[in-house]
Amino acid sequence: MNSQIRPALVLLVALHVLTGLIYPLAVTGIAQVVWHDKANGSVLVAEGKAVGSSLIGQPFSAQGYFWSRPSATSPVPYDASASTGSNLGPTNPALAAAVRDRISALRAADPGLTGPVPVDLVTTSGSGLDPDISVAAGLIQVPRVAAARGLSPDRVRALVLSQAEGRTLGVLGEPRVNVLALNLALDRVRP
Amino acid sequence: MTALAVVQLLIYLGVIVALAKPLGLYMARVYEGRSCGLDRVLGPVERLLYRASGVKAGEEMNWTQYAIAMLLFNFLGFLVLYMLQRLQGVLLANPQHLSAVAPDLAFNTAISFVTNTNWQNYSGEQTMSYLTQMFGLGVQNFVSAASGMAVLAALIRGIVRRTASTLGNFWVDLVRSTLYILLPLSLLLALALVSQGVVQTFSSYKKVPLVEPTVVDQPKLDASGSPIKDAQGNPVTEKATVKEQTLALGPVASQIAIKQLGTNGGGFYNTNSAHPFENSTPISNFLEVVAIPLISAALCLTFGQMVRDRRQGWAILAAMVAIYLVAAVVVVSTEQHGNPLLTKLGADQRASATQSGGNMEGKEVRFGPAASALWAATTTGTSNGSVNSMHDSFTPLGGLVPMLMMQLGEVVFGGVGCGLYGMLAFVIVAVFIAGLMVGRTPEYLGKKIGAFEMKMASLVILIPPAAVLLGTAVAVATSTGQAGASNPGAHGFSQILYAFSSASNNNGSAFAGINGNTQFYNFTLGLAMFFGRFWTKIPILAIAGSLAAKKLTPAGAGTLATHTPLFVVLLIGTIVLVAALTFIPALSLGPIVEHLQMLAAAR
Repeated sequence: MNSQIRPALVLLVALHVLTGLIYPLAVTGIAQVVWHDKANGSVLVAEGKAVGSSLIGQPFSAQGYFWSRPSATSPVPYDASASTGSNLGPTNPALAAAVRDRISALRAADPGLTGPVPVDLVTTSGSGLDPDISVAAGLIQVPRVAAARGLSPDRVRALVLSQAEGRTLGVLGEPRVNVLALNLALDRVRP
Repeated sequence: MTALAVVQLLIYLGVIVALAKPLGLYMARVYEGRSCGLDRVLGPVERLLYRASGVKAGEEMNWTQYAIAMLLFNFLGFLVLYMLQRLQGVLLANPQHLSAVAPDLAFNTAISFVTNTNWQNYSGEQTMSYLTQMFGLGVQNFVSAASGMAVLAALIRGIVRRTASTLGNFWVDLVRSTLYILLPLSLLLALALVSQGVVQTFSSYKKVPLVEPTVVDQPKLDASGSPIKDAQGNPVTEKATVKEQTLALGPVASQIAIKQLGTNGGGFYNTNSAHPFENSTPISNFLEVVAIPLISAALCLTFGQMVRDRRQGWAILAAMVAIYLVAAVVVVSTEQHGNPLLTKLGADQRASATQSGGNMEGKEVRFGPAASALWAATTTGTSNGSVNSMHDSFTPLGGLVPMLMMQLGEVVFGGVGCGLYGMLAFVIVAVFIAGLMVGRTPEYLGKKIGAFEMKMASLVILIPPAAVLLGTAVAVATSTGQAGASNPGAHGFSQILYAFSSASNNNGSAFAGINGNTQFYNFTLGLAMFFGRFWTKIPILAIAGSLAAKKLTPAGAGTLATHTPLFVVLLIGTIVLVAALTFIPALSLGPIVEHLQMLAAAR
């Protein structure tokens, strides 16, 4: 066993340097040069100022904005320094109660909304930071947003569809809309 | 299952199998000490490492020396990782000024990463400094994976060699696994992930303004920063307007690449690969989920090549793919079908052209139920344990399958190295059972399987389930254990059963609502991880040593062929039977009863 102590110690140090310093520094060096914006959080810039990250959702509650999915981060929703899911089990009464409240809130904000609500809009995401909603969840909010902004529903619907993203290569991922990008685009629309 | 989900599954398996062959043959060259191409570039580094550490590459070890070297290296790694966490507050690369990790949590985390489990009782972005992440956790991601691969290489040599006393050199296998397999693949994957938006930086967390400031109830703090409580002991809250969002950054991509390739699974962030900075797009998701079983699948073909009968490798891979396929179809179907209790409340869970539908609690829109469920089956079959959705919120049957995949013993691809050596333990049991049926001495690849091999294989197969059931029993029988469950009823039991299934089989995924950061769980889960890892590795090396010493028995007319569909079925039967006998009672108390309750409540 004594003859193994030197290789154990030396290789432990050497592999720490190799995989714990040289490797991450090399990746960082290349990433910062080749994909500078992406390596630093895909921050969106409008009029010279940072306005959020295109990958991280933000909370919206005004009538005139599209709402994001509910977030499980607490106490601040969409807290990007403390990601978390709700981890509520499928039969937990707290899950049913939360979904019921969210459906009620959506219906209260738009009395015309009577049918079923897209499931992603009333459930929390895995990260608590989901930047997207389904296209269906965007379309269902069109009447409320259009009324609050005094825009025609057709125009708002067209905006949602123009921001919609399909499946990558036709197979990967799901149809979705980035809520922050959609709301920023909405703010640029003049009545 | 939707048609698109079927296409996704087929493309996925096609890519894995297509990549497995070239990678498997490449790794065979690495472990046979032959030139693999990359040695022209990295050869000087390899030789420098040997010279500095006094390793003579040609000097071989018998199985006990090999085991001692492996244990010594892992023990020292454990000490370093423990100290790094305890001292991170005064060390470099800590821009958020995070303080030392508590002793019990540091103990649990150090065991967790050294055993390739990566169970996480902490939230990465709030607990671990950049230094701890990359110089502690990241390093163990490499070397724990390389340790598993080394033990597999030793076992294969034990099968191949005749009347030999040695199995290779642990230090050489460790270095070559890291240098020629894990590092180059990780570098490629890390850069591909950055190109999709996975972050890689050393700057501190970045503040950005919110487009619409949000009003929240925040706990009111006293002058010392602790929450004020009212007469009933409830925290007092106050209204606060939040105008900013803090984006947690870090050297993420480099760590995520090896986390997937080394079947480690430990996230940089609390929510692992559900976090958009850890898994940003459907493409990054596909790359990551391909990386999870890639090396483990390819090692089957490395095995076939090294025993000079590639059909043996394909047969084992076929058994893995067959079990995986069934598991994936069940999870994808149940998650796509959704939660009937939410339909009743007015949620629309049907798939359409404009939405994925399905059970979306705990899932990201960009992945949807299909890609989330596919990932869940993969990550639990492979002992990876990273998640892109929260398994705790899966439907009862959707959560049962990941639990069962771990309970099978992590052999459906399994961890790098350990998946295949676990599978070979099942192969030994399968040929033994077949031998009993026809009344012949069992043999595998020309080696007679004796009582010693059977005893050791039984240890490999039975120790993890014993740790699962004993751990769960202790936890549910004590109030401290029960207190960890965050969901009521049967699901609370499932959370505890899942935790011990994950720890004992070195998976690392969780029904993450469980409050594991307590002295009780940090200690008991730490023990489960330790037994599950090392008390299987040592018997495997013992088998390797025993087989290496044996003579070759020429195949005769009565020899059971181990590359045929018949044997694949026998192997699958053995695996499923052991798990079913062991776990159906426990699963009945958790996910199965919850499923029945859900159906009753939905009526």
